[in-house]
Amino acid sequence: MPLLWLVLIVCALAAAGYVIGRGRALAGAGGDARTLHSLPFYYGAHVVLLTLVPALSVLVLWLLIQPMVIEGRVSGLIPDSAIPESSTRDLVMSDVRRVADGLDVAVAQGAMTPAEARQMRSEFTDVRARLGQVGVALGADVGPQLLRAAQRYRTLTGRGNLLKTGAVLLVALAGFGLAVRRSRPEFRARNVVERAVRYLLIFAATLAILTTIGIVLSLVFNTIEFFRLYPARDFFFGTVWSPSFGGGSQLGVLPLLWGTLYISVIALAVAVPIGLFAAVYLSEYAGSRTRAAAKPLLEMLAGIPTIVYGLFALLTVGPLLMRVFGDGGLGWMQAGTAVMTAGLVMGIMLIPFVSSLSDDIINAVPQSMRDGSLGLGATKSETVKQVVLPAALPGIVGAILLAASRAIGETMIVVLGAGAAARLSTNPFDAMTTVTAKIVSQLTGDADFASPEALVAFALGMTLFVITLGLNVFALYIVRRYREQYE
Amino acid sequence: MYDTPFLERNIVTQEVKISARDCQVHYGDNHAIKDVNVDIEDKTVTAFIGPSGCGKSTFLRCLNRMNDTIDICRVEGRITLDGEDIYDPKVDPVQLRAKVGMVFQKPNPFPKSIYDNVAYGPKIHGLARSKAELDEIVEKALRRGAIWDEVKDRLTAPGTGLSGGQQQRLCIARAVATEPEVLLMDEPCSALDPIATAQVEELIDELREQYSVVIVTHSMQQAARVSQKTAFFHMGSLVEFGETGQIFTNPRDPRTESYITGRIG
Repeated sequence: MPLLWLVLIVCALAAAGYVIGRGRALAGAGGDARTLHSLPFYYGAHVVLLTLVPALSVLVLWLLIQPMVIEGRVSGLIPDSAIPESSTRDLVMSDVRRVADGLDVAVAQGAMTPAEARQMRSEFTDVRARLGQVGVALGADVGPQLLRAAQRYRTLTGRGNLLKTGAVLLVALAGFGLAVRRSRPEFRARNVVERAVRYLLIFAATLAILTTIGIVLSLVFNTIEFFRLYPARDFFFGTVWSPSFGGGSQLGVLPLLWGTLYISVIALAVAVPIGLFAAVYLSEYAGSRTRAAAKPLLEMLAGIPTIVYGLFALLTVGPLLMRVFGDGGLGWMQAGTAVMTAGLVMGIMLIPFVSSLSDDIINAVPQSMRDGSLGLGATKSETVKQVVLPAALPGIVGAILLAASRAIGETMIVVLGAGAAARLSTNPFDAMTTVTAKIVSQLTGDADFASPEALVAFALGMTLFVITLGLNVFALYIVRRYREQYE
Repeated sequence: MYDTPFLERNIVTQEVKISARDCQVHYGDNHAIKDVNVDIEDKTVTAFIGPSGCGKSTFLRCLNRMNDTIDICRVEGRITLDGEDIYDPKVDPVQLRAKVGMVFQKPNPFPKSIYDNVAYGPKIHGLARSKAELDEIVEKALRRGAIWDEVKDRLTAPGTGLSGGQQQRLCIARAVATEPEVLLMDEPCSALDPIATAQVEELIDELREQYSVVIVTHSMQQAARVSQKTAFFHMGSLVEFGETGQIFTNPRDPRTESYITGRIG
């Protein structure tokens, strides 16, 4: 039975359970909802929960475990001698799966009878040609062991699916029956639902954390793999970045880090003053009507996709800078793509980050601080400079650090605006590149994931992750300290 | 019922410091202050009493133009300080506020050191020519705020770390550090415990020797203890204004009598 049907049946059972559970509880109370322990809705929801949750959990677990078990059993059928020199067991197993799927397709299209698919022998039939007829292309002829493994795979999968359907339906029915039996007026259905809500929230939180851990782990393992192929010393302290897939690459991270930091510094030099002043204007000087109009406009900048900023850098800012600093002008700039171009545009992108966060933080400074200062005869700007900003400073620093980690992780603007040359230069009108842009270029195209040239992307990603993580932790620490100040 | 026997008080009439004539305040469409006429004397403590929302704080904030910071607030009428109209376009509200200091309901020390809190006003007004002079001003203000002995060993500690009563006295010291002529106090003791309240009240009595003090209070006992003149506000109007002793023992207006005997408010 297809998966979709199974899920639909369980859901239908749950929906019926809602009506039945609710009705049974109400009937037990003689139709008077006031004598129920919980609202009628909770009795229905209780049945839904008991029907759905265990059944779907079984289903998910089964879907995860079944392939593992079957692969283990099937791969035992393939002797080491059947694995070609240049191949691995994993590759052969993926062939097995491909053939098994092909047989399924052939049977589904009526090109083969189920018995034929089960008993076919590669000694007598050209499996590759037969499967080719139904549109399943195989890379090589199918050997006898491979075919037998594929057939075994099919039988095991078929049996597993049948068992799965049975088990899921059984669990769903059991939960349904138990829940309906419990739906009596004195049953505390609300408490059950309440607990379920709590577990749901815990589940969501755990999932988010586990995903993060998973991402980090995948980075870590690939990074370790990379350092096995390429010396860590050369990576961290190398000043030349010249990957070549033929071998003999020099993969020094310093030029990339330098480009990243240079562009981020220029971006922050643009974004921090403008964003901060805009925030001060909006929160301290602007009337409520100006504020209501200007704040969303400013925040709209944050909604522009970064690729659009990249285009803006490439087509507008680059040529503009060229006219002033290029060959026609001061002669400092060779091409429109440069650190300055990317930095300026990235700065524009970051303005709403700084301004919006700072604005919130400045608004959180108690009005009594301003009154105290104004009451002493300070002017507005003196009040802002000497009382409001110092009080908001930790929060503002936090906002700036968050903007900095955005700048460091930004990719599209750099790809389009800064050029692709990895170099260590102090001229802001030179083309440079960043860690993120190089990760993209190392992994686009046909990458061989066993070579250091591709694996270096993970090491770069890890480096970036550590830097931004450090900045975020620092920012959170500062923001938290700030929070304690008025409580 | 009251701590002080009013009738034995010496009543000395001082010269008028602030006078308001036909003062009106509107908050948007709300007519918050109606036709208030009052003369506040120098070297006197004047108490504004009245039920919540009667406009006494609003009127207090008119006296140093703190209402200017509220967009929708409009002030009409004539308020003079030493005979000069403070709402005259030529008057700089910033300079006015240096002359008319203010202490707020909740202690609001800046998140700076105790020293910097007090030095704030003198610094922005350029009152000190040297560090030594500034030190002197700070010490004098803290002594006048009756808090010097408690903080002299920890002037660099943050002002926000003090207790509520200490914070309020610090705020008073901060206000007197700019050498104001009038000190406005908006319910300065409402966030304090009785002991801190007593200290602040004692301080207010001492401040009277040099300043004209205007205090808004919800506590009639406090008004009776610290003030020489009392103004009773009700529904945005000044109902009665006179010697504190007379207001509390022999009010002329029936509304005043109702309020001080606890029937309205």
